[in-house]
Amino acid sequence: MARIIVVTSGKGGVGKTTTSAAIAMGLAKKGFKTAVIDFDVGLRNLDLIMGCERRVVYDFVNVINGEATLNQALIKDKRCNQLFILPASQTRDKDALTKEGVGKILKELSKTFKYIICDSPAGIERGANLAMYFADDAFVVTNPEVASVRDSDRMLGILSSKSQRAENNDEAIKEYLLLSRYNPKRVKLGEMLSVDDVQDILSLHLLGVIPESQSVLTASNSGIPVILDENSDAGQAYTDIVNRYLGEEVPHRFIDENKKGLLGRLFGS
Amino acid sequence: MSLLDYFKSTKPNSAKVAKERLQILVAHERRSRHQPSYLPELQKELLAVIQKYIKVDQDAISVNFDSDDEQETLELNIILPDEPQT
Repeated sequence: MARIIVVTSGKGGVGKTTTSAAIAMGLAKKGFKTAVIDFDVGLRNLDLIMGCERRVVYDFVNVINGEATLNQALIKDKRCNQLFILPASQTRDKDALTKEGVGKILKELSKTFKYIICDSPAGIERGANLAMYFADDAFVVTNPEVASVRDSDRMLGILSSKSQRAENNDEAIKEYLLLSRYNPKRVKLGEMLSVDDVQDILSLHLLGVIPESQSVLTASNSGIPVILDENSDAGQAYTDIVNRYLGEEVPHRFIDENKKGLLGRLFGS
Repeated sequence: MSLLDYFKSTKPNSAKVAKERLQILVAHERRSRHQPSYLPELQKELLAVIQKYIKVDQDAISVNFDSDDEQETLELNIILPDEPQT
């Protein structure tokens, strides 16, 4: 039986796809067979972040409509044989996704996969609702910024009322906070909401803080999930997050400003 | 004002402002999340009825719904104009 994780945020541009790609790769590298699904029908981008954009033949909607089998549409990652990508359709309209269709695909994937990551589109329309509907866990990606925090809270409301678990009165979806684009320096100056501020407002279990990092852009430029850049702070933050999610005790990092030594201060970095 | 205060006051803490604004907004939005869906419609119709008799503004009426374990309360608040209309 697979565990279904939705990566959601409400607001766009906070790092959902970056997070989906990183988490999926992290779980797969741990040896778990993992599928990552792009729910952003009409605006697919996960393929680009994963670096498999030229290998897309069939997509999510083709499988729902019976025009291709799941095995034909799944793209096997070239770096990790436990990771598979199901791209979104680029041409169809959003109504192409149906609850029955999505449910059927997730059920079939659940037979052989351990984790299924649903990369939600921004907004609260059909794609976003269906990405979260079947979820067991929700990774709420939030930036330390007013609009993002408000939208995250809105998504929490929807998670607790419009998911399958909510409708069936099952155990609630487990919700985790992933605070991304965090800048400890600006937090210290009082220019940015701190982890504690965001926690006070959203009262979520903090899975990790991802620092604002140049490595994220570099990774997406080359189509490499940032978690594979083991030297980067963002990559390490995602590795920590995967380990914490799997139950390991990992102390939080990247919350406080990195104290530079004398040499660091002299030569900068 | 001491010299220290002067330096402090030149740096407005915008994160603090952000947190305060968010706390108020989020609390408000969470309350309205649990309200029955007919509330906006009810508010509109009540306003129409009241406006038939009294000249009040659109925002002079508020309908609030609160619930706890014990009971549910529907609160209707109308601000009447200062001078009675004839």
